Amino acid sequence: MPLLTLRAWSRRSWQLKKESKMWRDNLRCIFYIALKDIRTYYLKPPAVSWGIVFPITWILAFYLRNPGNFEQLVPGLIAMTILFSTTAAEAVVINFEMRLGSLERLLLAPVSISAALLGKVMGGVVFGFAMTTIVTIGSTIALGLHLNIAYLILIIIPSLLVFSSLGALLCVLVKEVFEAQTLLNLPRFLMIFLSGVVYPVSKMPAAIRCFSYVLPLTYTVHGLRLSFSAGSGKVILAYTLILIGFFLLFIFPALRLLSKKFE
Amino acid sequence: MEDVIYVKELTKRFGDFTAVDEISFEVRNGEIFGFLGPNGAGKTTTIRMLAGLSKPTAGNASVLGFDIRSEIINVKRRIGVVPEISNLYDELSAFGNLLFMAQLYGVAPSLRKKRAEELLKTFRLYERKDGVFRSFSRGMKRALTIAAALVHNPEVLFLDEPTIGLDVVAARSLRNLMSNLHRQGVTIFLTTHYLEEADLLCDRVAVLVKGKILAVDSPQKLKEKTDKKTLEDAFINITGLEPEVLAVEKGK
Repeated sequence: MPLLTLRAWSRRSWQLKKESKMWRDNLRCIFYIALKDIRTYYLKPPAVSWGIVFPITWILAFYLRNPGNFEQLVPGLIAMTILFSTTAAEAVVINFEMRLGSLERLLLAPVSISAALLGKVMGGVVFGFAMTTIVTIGSTIALGLHLNIAYLILIIIPSLLVFSSLGALLCVLVKEVFEAQTLLNLPRFLMIFLSGVVYPVSKMPAAIRCFSYVLPLTYTVHGLRLSFSAGSGKVILAYTLILIGFFLLFIFPALRLLSKKFE
Repeated sequence: MEDVIYVKELTKRFGDFTAVDEISFEVRNGEIFGFLGPNGAGKTTTIRMLAGLSKPTAGNASVLGFDIRSEIINVKRRIGVVPEISNLYDELSAFGNLLFMAQLYGVAPSLRKKRAEELLKTFRLYERKDGVFRSFSRGMKRALTIAAALVHNPEVLFLDEPTIGLDVVAARSLRNLMSNLHRQGVTIFLTTHYLEEADLLCDRVAVLVKGKILAVDSPQKLKEKTDKKTLEDAFINITGLEPEVLAVEKGK
């Protein structure tokens, strides 16, 4: 009996060791894939201008058209920066690498498809985080705003994951790079107008208001507004959970579709 | 010699089309195994399955004792693959590409730069180490793709048409490299259209036609069995391509 227990313990310990090595390998690969993508695709003028210059120009255009309290537009500006910076290259990277064959080269390494996809998503998340941090710090200092950093993090991090995985999903849905960009522009611009970025959701007609609540950016904008106005922590947590739900809703089909391409 | 690659009734179907049809063979430790066949025979599909890029429809296979379905990450850690197309990262430099591969394969951080530099010197690319991949000639791209497959010192190396598109000097240099790796005990799985190359390098070859293996033996024995002087003639005889070859020759 003790011999059997020892054998079972030894087998279990070997299994745990194997799983822990696999996890370490996957995490290492996610890190290096994200790092490579940031250097190769994101730190380039088109990604930076799309990720940061475009949201600022857009918001300024609205402000100049209808001058008022600019502070009200800051959550929308941050939300747009999250949306555009995470998807700046995310929506093209996978198809681009599939066409060149370098994604296949990547998968010849000891990398699971899920780790490769998460590496791609994390590239968008890290770049988006950097861009969002610049815009948030800049606008907070310039306008002397007060914010709850914990709330902000609880909204920004899941939002970055949501939009980066949305970019990945739309990318694997199509074959060509230009198709992915075109396809992504539809939810992007729908969300800008219907998620309260420049026009409050509460003032929209009831039918449109209902639709806006199925858009993830609505929760990002509302959550950011609460972060600047010391809103309820429970609501922030609820929004965080909803955003995590959207992330799972996008990442699993993306993974399934990418795996199918290698069957 | 023990088998490092074991394939039993491996099959791959794409809808109604059967690309690889219940093939079985073994590759022994330390040998150069040639996988020969006309275009569309299923050579690349077989490599893709053994390297974990494509899932088999049926059958079993293991590489270095690891099942390709359930333990593919263990397989990938120990093999190097040179695909038919040189597909490294266009935007990265030669050194950057090798370093990235070393990172993915988990080469110890203290050894990564040294290993990348060693390979660049071996493939005579050191002078161009900062040049981006897309600016390289076809031969240089091929050489760097092979270097990338060797970055983690693999036990088994899969080479899919490695000399295709290379000039005479580059092809000869690559054949010398394969011989050196063979002497070091690396098992090499080679697909090629150049039958002289296979005759020169391979310990054993398999002849694949329309997804089926028609013969597995040493080049010498295949020549003896078919009573032909060259592997090319033996190959034409085995594959049943003789009428087509005769028609082409008559057309001349």
